[in-house]
Amino acid sequence: MASINELIERIHADSSEEIVIGYLERIENSKLNAFITVAKESALLRAKEIDSEGHDGPLAGIPIAIKDNISTKGIATTCASKILTGYIPPYDAHVIEKLKEAGAIIIGKANMDEFAMGSSTETSFYGPTLNPWDTTRVPGGSSGGSAAAVAGGEAPLSLGSDTGGSVRCPASFCGVVGLKPTYGVISRYGLISYANSLEQIGPFATSVRDVATLFDVIAGHDPRDSTSVDRETNYSSALVNDVKGLKIGVPEEYFGEGTDNNVEKSVRAAINTLEELGAASVEVKMPHTKYALSAYYVIAMSEASSNLARFDGMRYGLRTEDSDWHTTFSQVRAAGFGDEVKRRILLGTYALSAGYHDKYYLKALKIRTLIKQDFERAFRDVDVLITPTMPYPAFKLGEKIDDPVSLYLADVDTVPINLAGVPSISLPCGFSGHLPIGMQVIGKHFDEAAILRTAYTFEENTDFPKQPEGL
Amino acid sequence: MYENPDGVMIGLEVHVQLNKLKTKVFCGCSTDYHNDPPNSHVCPVCLGLPGSLPVINRKAVEAAIKIGLALNCRVEEHTQFYRKNYYYPDLPKGFQITQYDFPISSGGYIMIEGEDGEHRVGITRAHMEEDPGRLVHEGTIDKSKYTLIDYNRSGMALIEIVSEPDMRSPKEARRYLDKLRNILEYLDIFDGDLEGALRVDANISIMGGQRAEIKNISSHKGAERALLFEIVRQKNVLRRGGVVVQETRHFDEAREITLSMRSKEEAHDYRYFPEPDLVPLKISGWAPAIKAMLPELPDAQRARFVEVIGISDEHAKALTSELKIANFFEDLAKKVDPNMAADWIARLKGQLNFRDLSIEVFKKEDMVRIIQLLLSKEITEYGAMDIIMTLLDKGGSPDEIVKEKGLLKVEGDIVAKATEEAIKENPQAVADLKAGKVKALNSIVGVIMKKTNKRADARTAREVFLEMQDITPTENYVLHETGNIGIKLYEAAEKLNMIKQLKELRRNVKVIRGDEIEGGFVGILMALGAEMDRKNKSKNEWDEKTGPIAYEEATKIDDLLKNIELICLNSGKHYFGMLRQLGFEMTQKHGRFGER
Repeated sequence: MASINELIERIHADSSEEIVIGYLERIENSKLNAFITVAKESALLRAKEIDSEGHDGPLAGIPIAIKDNISTKGIATTCASKILTGYIPPYDAHVIEKLKEAGAIIIGKANMDEFAMGSSTETSFYGPTLNPWDTTRVPGGSSGGSAAAVAGGEAPLSLGSDTGGSVRCPASFCGVVGLKPTYGVISRYGLISYANSLEQIGPFATSVRDVATLFDVIAGHDPRDSTSVDRETNYSSALVNDVKGLKIGVPEEYFGEGTDNNVEKSVRAAINTLEELGAASVEVKMPHTKYALSAYYVIAMSEASSNLARFDGMRYGLRTEDSDWHTTFSQVRAAGFGDEVKRRILLGTYALSAGYHDKYYLKALKIRTLIKQDFERAFRDVDVLITPTMPYPAFKLGEKIDDPVSLYLADVDTVPINLAGVPSISLPCGFSGHLPIGMQVIGKHFDEAAILRTAYTFEENTDFPKQPEGL
Repeated sequence: MYENPDGVMIGLEVHVQLNKLKTKVFCGCSTDYHNDPPNSHVCPVCLGLPGSLPVINRKAVEAAIKIGLALNCRVEEHTQFYRKNYYYPDLPKGFQITQYDFPISSGGYIMIEGEDGEHRVGITRAHMEEDPGRLVHEGTIDKSKYTLIDYNRSGMALIEIVSEPDMRSPKEARRYLDKLRNILEYLDIFDGDLEGALRVDANISIMGGQRAEIKNISSHKGAERALLFEIVRQKNVLRRGGVVVQETRHFDEAREITLSMRSKEEAHDYRYFPEPDLVPLKISGWAPAIKAMLPELPDAQRARFVEVIGISDEHAKALTSELKIANFFEDLAKKVDPNMAADWIARLKGQLNFRDLSIEVFKKEDMVRIIQLLLSKEITEYGAMDIIMTLLDKGGSPDEIVKEKGLLKVEGDIVAKATEEAIKENPQAVADLKAGKVKALNSIVGVIMKKTNKRADARTAREVFLEMQDITPTENYVLHETGNIGIKLYEAAEKLNMIKQLKELRRNVKVIRGDEIEGGFVGILMALGAEMDRKNKSKNEWDEKTGPIAYEEATKIDDLLKNIELICLNSGKHYFGMLRQLGFEMTQKHGRFGER
């Protein structure tokens, strides 16, 4: 396990090229299938450039894995879907521009659920990613490749995206730290939309400090994203090892039926630890939580049905044999999308259709408002909320993939956060056997500082390994 | 009161492209693509590449508010964009960003000249949306083996102006379109001459029945033709005891008919929902500043021309129907008598329309000089017209033309002498005229004009002649106003929707005169209704097979065109003859002559 600071020292002592070669070798010898594309040549070239020319950016010479739904100029971007076969973006996402400015080196594109639709990275056209702690289990999803790469020592840092838990779920299953920022803090320009009113790009690392450093690099206003907000940020300065006077809310709705005993015990123990360090906890009520999952899936699928309409084979990506317009685009979509994507497009189309629009889509929007109000009410009395990230640790590969509803249920503790647009971080807080358990620290809108401080203090005063032994 | 016997209700949806903005509506691509290669003005945003996001163009919103205000609409407190979902290859995202609830403005109206005087047409809403790309086919749409897509147009800002079904005839629909375009031009937000700048969908019902929506209308005249056809079609359905169904119909411009595209059952479900990538805009605060900056609009200017400058309402209306002409007049009215300026600009306008030219080609100082020459009685009205036409066709300056052509007025005794000679040399024409054959008058006047080298005033010549023969016209002959023949010709053609043919004739005359039979020629003969074998496109085949016939036809057309010029220069029979050759029915009243 190497932190950003350690890597910077090693780069100064040795070279970025050596570091990059080390990671490339690990990727090559890995069975995890964390990457769809390894950008070997461009990464080595950039490392050499930085070694010879120098670079004073905060991530100079440090490799990073990028979820494959973030547009990278000149590097294939597939969304883990067959339909984007052959698509090489002509432009960089805002976060990629920021990373390049900071001197980071893109080592590859991380595996994911197809179009970020899933919680296990099993819907990828390029095959599932395996959990580094137990290769018979899923790494979580949809940013499973990004989390597994960091946990498996194949990249020190990575980016994922979180629509309904897609950063926090795999962070929890893989035992690393993952942050879903407040909606609007990171530009989505270049993030290939699944459900654009819900999602944010988020950083992964093996420590809260590294997550904050990476977050500082990629956050900030971008005029190309109308939902991006303009405010000064310095998250690293929030990292204070002190929670005295912090008020923690514990919503009982998040410890309900279906929550694994070990998970509940670990999270409650973590809250105790923070209380011992000077924080106070109080039970809070979030009465609309039970409706969140249904509302989330209706909104996400509705938006997805529209967002994914552009993949018609006319301009880029997969192209089947040419025929008339209707035949061709239908064939392209039939051949290009996997089952889960098709399911969500169908359901979303249905939810927006005349006659059903009010019953599903509008109703879901109303629930969304109620959920937001739950959070606003809770945050009148507390600074942060702490819950399990996932109701259980990583499940077996194939265990849920044929039962979409049980897979959707796994997101029960993460989706309300996206509906409300508030920030949330997942960090390891225990083990169930050999499998890591994640806890979720949720903050007010734009109060990433509070959750980072809480997570940092917990991390500084406990010792949960972020990677399996032997790495 | 207009009775609207068929119970016609017409509502129009007009798409206006904001092609005067520098950039497209959601990205920074230039709008100046009309002369550039396909797909050269595109970026990730207007190509809808994965991950790209739209950002609203502030200037486009301002223009939309401007339009809303000019159409007497209420500008909403806040406005919101929606996605209209449907699949089509010209739509790179698979949805169009448009507006649904919370449009930029709604609830306005404009005044048009209706069937029974001033008529109010309600504006339901004016909202903003993005233009799709353009599909390009080789040859015709049904024969082309493939479709090409040009995304240069994709993401251009459009304003959709939806009217209430307040128009009661195709003529009113056309007047509405003319007025709308007129207002938009004054706002300086679009160039109506660029391809696709203004597109129309029409909704029409009769006798309170279901409405048909007609798409693919590309001109004001097209709208009128499509609606005329549609009324006949719907009446026929009712006459046969049928029921008009709600459906979308396609206007086939070449055949001037509408064809069913899809019925209500097959109608698209566009699944509108708010565009998550664009936040709602609070625009209520923008309106006052924009309102303060609104230019004077046509109706206000027309009233000012009448009340302040003192010209007739008819002239004021004609002048304010086009911004450039109104500006031309305003400048001229400061230098010369406004009434004369208005009159002569109207005549100039006829010549410009006829030549498909804009008023920008004509120098203001030339018009000032012409009016001065007229006022000092140095030239005749005919002479003034000759100067205008010479300036348009060959260039030069008014004084040079006067000199070269010898246009200075001749003395009365010369006219008298020429008239005497004409009477002596044309006894048959004199006898014909006395026998009531109206046309003979013009041939005699023509002789007089010829003898004086056209420097005589035609009206004077006519009067002198009639006086000598002791004949009094019982009614003014319609062609007394020699100078206005060009305009009248144009107006007649316009009424009969023949302007295209007229313009086409003029454009192609050089090709024919050069004895070359080329592509443009096909157009002329087609315009005249000749059947052509379209397969014989290549020059050789054409020459061999149909060349001689074509050439003969060309000569006829050439003669025709000479006639048109003659008609513009002179009054008389050629006017009617030519129009009849073009298949016109004359609507003007013929004058009658009787002996005292």
